Amino acid sequence: MAATESVRVKVEGTGIPVPGDDIDTDRIIPARYLREISFEALGKYAFFDERYDEAGKPKPHPLNDPRFQDGAILIVGRNFGCGSSREHAPQALMRMGIRAFIGESFAEIFSGNCTALGLPAARVSHEDAQAIAGLVEADPHAAVSIDLDAASIAVSGRRFSFTMPDSDRRSLLTGEWDTTSVLLSNEKSIRAAAARIPYVNGFRT
Amino acid sequence: MGRSLLDKVWDLHKVGTLPSGQDQLFIGLHLIHEVTSPQAFQALKDRGLKVMFPGRTFATVDHIVPTDDQRRPFADGQAEAMMQAIERNTREHGIRFFGLGSAEQGIVHIIGPELGLTQPGMTVACGDSHTSTHGALGSLAFGVGTSQIRDILATQTLSLTRPKVRRIDVSGGLAAGVSSKDLIIRIIADLGVNGGIGFAYEYAGPAIESLPMEARLTLCNMSIEAGARAGYVNPDATTFSYLKGRTFAPQGADFETALTFWKGIASDPDARYDDVFKLEGASVEPMVAWGINPGQAVGVSRRLPRVSDAKPEDRDALRKAYEHTGFDENSPLQGLQVDVAFVGSCTNGRISDLREAARVLKGRKVSPRVKALAVPGSRSVARQAESEGLPDVFRAAGFQWREAGCSMCLAMNPDKLTDRQVCASSSNRNFIGRQGSPKGRTLLMSPAMVAAAALAGEVVDVRALGD
Repeated sequence: MAATESVRVKVEGTGIPVPGDDIDTDRIIPARYLREISFEALGKYAFFDERYDEAGKPKPHPLNDPRFQDGAILIVGRNFGCGSSREHAPQALMRMGIRAFIGESFAEIFSGNCTALGLPAARVSHEDAQAIAGLVEADPHAAVSIDLDAASIAVSGRRFSFTMPDSDRRSLLTGEWDTTSVLLSNEKSIRAAAARIPYVNGFRT
Repeated sequence: MGRSLLDKVWDLHKVGTLPSGQDQLFIGLHLIHEVTSPQAFQALKDRGLKVMFPGRTFATVDHIVPTDDQRRPFADGQAEAMMQAIERNTREHGIRFFGLGSAEQGIVHIIGPELGLTQPGMTVACGDSHTSTHGALGSLAFGVGTSQIRDILATQTLSLTRPKVRRIDVSGGLAAGVSSKDLIIRIIADLGVNGGIGFAYEYAGPAIESLPMEARLTLCNMSIEAGARAGYVNPDATTFSYLKGRTFAPQGADFETALTFWKGIASDPDARYDDVFKLEGASVEPMVAWGINPGQAVGVSRRLPRVSDAKPEDRDALRKAYEHTGFDENSPLQGLQVDVAFVGSCTNGRISDLREAARVLKGRKVSPRVKALAVPGSRSVARQAESEGLPDVFRAAGFQWREAGCSMCLAMNPDKLTDRQVCASSSNRNFIGRQGSPKGRTLLMSPAMVAAAALAGEVVDVRALGD
């Protein structure tokens, strides 16, 4: 049974538009910050090389923009999170306060990693992604509200529908996105599957 | 209606359907490395869980391993801590570990096939996106995040959605001087870096069937760069003869039993596909991915694209690519200067790749402006190369010959670009900052093309060099 705090029915916060397509996980978190054996300290490294120059001086980037300092919902383009499977990418964003993503599309491993962390990744059309980013730009304090039950997003009095794989939406709604205990509850069936797969038994009958 | 390999492998490994609607899938082979596994072991510990099938997980170290001085402790304290974590975790949980003390150490996607661990009809998972590589042997192989590594360690299963299958049908054969690296870059350029989202790619047709196993590994390796989490080639005689005699492959009478299973797992001739993409093998020329993703690529005889000629949805990314690279629209690809040359990685760090590069380099000298690195993908590859005298060929040409590891593919170890350097690289990603310098630039190409670029100090067509 999932704890109530893991249930995601509505995720609300202010937005941060991060424009651009095909933003890969190397850009979200440069590889040199992966040399830590824990995810805990990763928040400060999100988009590091896009946010700071070599001297550590801030560059213009939405995450450095004072208007979006308290943002919790990242508004992105197409194929966000492509490339490396590193869970460090959503972990870093989560640990800097991001609680959901709205974008045109997400790379598969990235969106799976997001669901595994309880972070909704909502897909909208190109036009709607631009419209939502525009509304947030116009009013950075506007609440962006993602309703997982209704599969809709509300911003500044406008409503947008989003899509998400049914299984992801269901996991978030029931709070069972941390799959380990669900999988483990089927131990008997796991062992039965192992017993019938030829190579697991060295091809010996 | 027949079934595809994906259908057969999926059904065989399906444990059941979960409340979310996803399937619970048994994972036959789990590979781990030092970077994405320590957090998963910590999560097991926090929850008081054990590894359910320790015999089905194998570990090695590759990402952070220095390729020059491998003495312990490493100069980099964080890398050293990471090494100690995987040594401790594998020991505590009884997992077979090919560490630095092992003759089998190497890049995880090189050693899986090379040891015969990867076999047709298996499900293979690893906390690394290039796990798609293993599909070359007719397995269903994909990268996972660390939460999923935790799931596999604890249950040997994953919660997954069955992907659609796109058959990539390549007719005829590849022309002389064209490799499977060129073919996969062409496929990514044609279908887009996001074109494969939701799909597994089945590579098929005469041009694929005639590829040797190592070329198939290169092909499947970069499926993820097309957005496809998995890519595979149906197992055939090439696959079976590759596996015969390998350390973890079935031996003797078991091999014969295995053969029957392996043959049966291939896609049926009348299998149904969600999509089919056809490509003429002879139309592929040596390719270079010049931009900031592997799909921004052109044939070696071509010019860099004009933004105004691109599809409207691709223009922003193209503008960003020019902004980063500083290259000029519509300038010829050949003649782009390179500062660094890198032969290696899970894409092209196998013995056939080193032979190809050495064949180009033999009796020639690397341009004085180029720093050049040859990095075998595993210790076994290094030993084979040594027995063929390849390190001497590389060194005589002006290359450095290194120890096995991921090296300059991903900037987690001391091998990195500096400042605005341009690297001709046989690796898989030209993302901004990928090779360690936020301003660095990466040109992806085949090992032979890298060797040719190292000699000329600029991008050239390897086919024009002659023997």
